[in-house]
Amino acid sequence: MIRIDAVSQTFRGRRGRVEALKDIDLDIAAGEFLAVIGRSGCGKSTLLRVIGGLLEPSSGSVTVAGDIVTEPRRDVAMVFQRPALLPWRPVLDNVLLPIEIFGRNRAESRDQAERLLEMTGLAGFATKLPHELSGGMQQRVALCRALIQNPKVMLMDEPFSALDALTREELAVELQRIHIELGTTIVFVTHSIGEAVLLADRVAVLSSRPGRLNKVVEVPIPRPRTFGHNAHMDQVAAASAELHELLLDESPRPARA
Amino acid sequence: MTDTDADSRLSMTWNNGVLPVLGAVLAIGLWWLLTAALDIDPFYVPSPPDVLDAMLRDPRYLADETWTTFQRVLIGFGVAVAGGLGLAIVLAASRTVERMTMPLLAAVNAIPKVALAPLLLVWMGFGNSPKIVMVVLVSFFPIIVSTMAGLTSTPADLAELARSLKASWWQTFVKIRLVWALPQMFVGIKVATPLAIIGAVIGEVVSPDHGLGSVIVGSGANSDTALAFAALVLLAVAGVVLFYVVAALERLLAPWARAISS
Repeated sequence: MIRIDAVSQTFRGRRGRVEALKDIDLDIAAGEFLAVIGRSGCGKSTLLRVIGGLLEPSSGSVTVAGDIVTEPRRDVAMVFQRPALLPWRPVLDNVLLPIEIFGRNRAESRDQAERLLEMTGLAGFATKLPHELSGGMQQRVALCRALIQNPKVMLMDEPFSALDALTREELAVELQRIHIELGTTIVFVTHSIGEAVLLADRVAVLSSRPGRLNKVVEVPIPRPRTFGHNAHMDQVAAASAELHELLLDESPRPARA
Repeated sequence: MTDTDADSRLSMTWNNGVLPVLGAVLAIGLWWLLTAALDIDPFYVPSPPDVLDAMLRDPRYLADETWTTFQRVLIGFGVAVAGGLGLAIVLAASRTVERMTMPLLAAVNAIPKVALAPLLLVWMGFGNSPKIVMVVLVSFFPIIVSTMAGLTSTPADLAELARSLKASWWQTFVKIRLVWALPQMFVGIKVATPLAIIGAVIGEVVSPDHGLGSVIVGSGANSDTALAFAALVLLAVAGVVLFYVVAALERLLAPWARAISS
């Protein structure tokens, strides 16, 4: 579904050039859930923006569903760290924003919007304004807004990182359910090992400065998975331990002169 | 209805209704007390009853003059709001035009508008036009500055959302930037309301014909200080009315703004 081919990204900053990504090669299958994990500033958000067509890579290319990405696509939905809701629009109208922008018929998508709200536990909140909702509920609305695009691919940039720990886990479990139900290809940027192991088929570990693909870790645990006790605790522990080692291995070393 | 509901409604009435009136009454009382206690000659500072007298001497006349001024204010203010918004939208659409125009606008704004009043008289003669133009001149700038500020303050995440949805420039503008700018636009419009009234009075003082500014000029010639005070009170009332009309409009158009700013 997604092919990332030798993607490098260099930013020109005030202090010279910064290599955010270097030679990333990665294939993501249709229906796969890929988590991208790495330390802060390792370029994982940059990678997501390149896939989403919001950033043009300095070299290399990204192909989605057979087409080289040159601009955002309407069958690729993004969910950001912050819910990015329009504060003056009630929940339902926020969910319908993509429909309006695509110039499609609002009335026809209304049912779907309501079903999505129901699916994410927001059934009674369609007429509320965003500020009347908790952070977790706002992020659920953002998720519905992405899903109404009927996306082939969902790109999620640390979507739960601004939430408290319990809400995060709750939403992660919900996202797993949605993924099982809809089979959307998902690229999920996170810095939480727990989230990555719960959700992903594979976890791509990025190293920092420049962001290179360090390793891709398989998580061969059958779904549905849970955060609590289950039959696969050994595999969860093994995957978590491996990710820990990979991430901690490149703890910042003292700079050499 | 619970007790707390009733309580909060009571405190709302108290805060928004009773307290402002109480403040005004106290201020008038103090004014009265000072004029009486210091035995001030009403020629210099008339007492509240003197001013009330002056108002009631010919209420019809004062009402007409107030309406004249208020009309000039409304027309000029309307033009300033429409023009300010229109120009801000043009400036927000093109960085080139913005760079070319903003310094010019700042320079025009730095000119004391009173200094233009005699020129307006030369160009437009007497009558309504020079007064209305003066209203536009003084109230235009805060509106355009605040509208520009609002239009350029769209949060990055909303802009990125629009981009990821492949929204057109116009869609992004109408559905996101413009609505986002509303609260800040209203800041400028509120700043401009008293300026609009000041503009009308400047115009009327420089070339008196009708309106409260003209009443003040005329009362000076007749040594009728109480009448001048009456005109000032009416101007103040007009200013307060206009301000609250704008504030009510803001609540109607952007009720969400107060909720997210608190």
